Amino acid sequence: MSNNLISLTITEALDGLKSKKFSATELVDANIKQMESNRDLNAFITETADSARAQAKDSDARIARGEMRPLEGIPIAMKDLFCTKGVKTTAASNILGNFVPPYESTVSQKLIDAGTISIGKTNLDEFAMGGSNTTSFYGPVVNPWKNKNHPDKKLVPGGSSGGSAAAVAAGMGMAATGTDTGGSTRQPGSFCGIVGVKPTYGRCSRWGIIAFASSLDQAGAFARSVEDSALMLAAMSGHDAKDSTSARKDVPDFAALLKQDIKGLRIGIPKEYRVEGMPQEIIDIWDKGAAMLKDAGATIVDISLPHTKYAVPTYYIVAPAEASSNLARYDGVRYGLRTEGKDLQETYELTRAQGFGAEVKRRIMIGTYCLSAGYYDAYYTKAQKIRRLISSDFAAAFEKCDAILTPTAPSAAFAIGENSDDPIKMYLGDVFTIPASLAGLPGISVPAGLDQDGLPLGLQIIGRAWDEVTMFRTAHALERAVAFSAIPELMKNAA
Amino acid sequence: MSIDKSTVAKIASLARIKVTEDDLNYYAPQLQNILAWAEQLQEVDTNGVEPLANVSEIALTLREDRITDGAIANDVLANAPETVEGFYVVTKIVE
Repeated sequence: MSNNLISLTITEALDGLKSKKFSATELVDANIKQMESNRDLNAFITETADSARAQAKDSDARIARGEMRPLEGIPIAMKDLFCTKGVKTTAASNILGNFVPPYESTVSQKLIDAGTISIGKTNLDEFAMGGSNTTSFYGPVVNPWKNKNHPDKKLVPGGSSGGSAAAVAAGMGMAATGTDTGGSTRQPGSFCGIVGVKPTYGRCSRWGIIAFASSLDQAGAFARSVEDSALMLAAMSGHDAKDSTSARKDVPDFAALLKQDIKGLRIGIPKEYRVEGMPQEIIDIWDKGAAMLKDAGATIVDISLPHTKYAVPTYYIVAPAEASSNLARYDGVRYGLRTEGKDLQETYELTRAQGFGAEVKRRIMIGTYCLSAGYYDAYYTKAQKIRRLISSDFAAAFEKCDAILTPTAPSAAFAIGENSDDPIKMYLGDVFTIPASLAGLPGISVPAGLDQDGLPLGLQIIGRAWDEVTMFRTAHALERAVAFSAIPELMKNAA
Repeated sequence: MSIDKSTVAKIASLARIKVTEDDLNYYAPQLQNILAWAEQLQEVDTNGVEPLANVSEIALTLREDRITDGAIANDVLANAPETVEGFYVVTKIVE
């Protein structure tokens, strides 16, 4: 067990708290200190150190009374897309101004009830639209990892939950919340060398999460081990009457069940994911991951997901269409920014022109076009039909296998500013994560190795709907076999 | 299908986003490229395929029709840019 309070896993920390090796106050303080000494990463929009310290005192009192809750005293970071009562919530957009929610999102409330302590609200792509955390009104997040061949370059942490991923990788919180619409927990997990998980659509309540594309949005979690991510996800999950798409399903004890071995499981390898131009080292890591799962007792089977190549363009019709509708609420009247015009129409137009960034405007306009008279069927209905075909592809594949293994992303973290002139190139970064999102399936990214630049690469495991347990079991087996122990330089220096 | 500057201006107006001439020059080729790229969807045979709007197979549930909260006008108005006597204030819309 590490004796460094910023590099512990949650399971190690819970043991340490229970046996009084250290207090929640010490644990929270160490994570706050790390947050305050790494502000150059720009991972947080709002720090909540004072309330975190007050909560830590309460946690210590509960521990002293022997009343520990499941995640008592665990410092976490909260993506600034979750509404938090009394704490400014921005969605990394100018249009929300100084919005302070008068209510708490269901997921963040569940985490409070489980005993976690949020040390701050993390930066993200504006309204979670992006794959590099460079569209934030509050500036880009810097990945704690460095390219060893170009150490001067600042790298993206992935997106949209880039601040959360950077925070967990840099010891500024033992875990973090994210949201995943097309890959926004899995891809940053891969880029930052940590675990990023998204559950089945409907597993977590969306109530109080600022909406982007409602048929795709799901809460997710980042952590430094598969088991920790399972503990987080279990605390976040469960039915909520305030979200009509939240499922009435029991939440299994993910962390207990993931330790079962994977003997006899069938792991599918989709041939369509060998995309043109993918770096050889990613293919190698993928092949190695499959071999490791085979060694652990699984059977490797070839599967086909024939409509894979249409997933990204399908997503870039469906998600902007839903976004254009969801973001219609930002009108400068009830909350957030207002720029006065000569009449109400111009007030709307000026407020939205000033309040939204370029990527958000681009997506609102794409969505507006696809939903407009004369184009609705050609774009939106067509995309929804292909979404059905993509979902059916997975259903057919899961007749032959129990979980699917793929790379998480077609590249490692790239430099801030790269790809930014070409939206389509940026969109293709989500080529392996978007299909599972369209089908509503659970997915997890597990760190699987380093590339020649010393940057982490993740492998993704996709599970059947409502079968996170098999996904976690497979991820845990992979994690044990890979034994990934690399950490960013700044963690070594802090130790 | 072609997205020229006048189309972008029309979309922007529908979306209630003020755009300048520079914006039109910036967005027109981008939107054109994105939609041209999405054209590949037309090559998929979707005859007889039911559109999938949401993967959730949950039937919407009905709840009892009773008031579960209220008397939170101050909370509701707390973030408004301008309020008077418990109302939102907007730009004059009636001449």
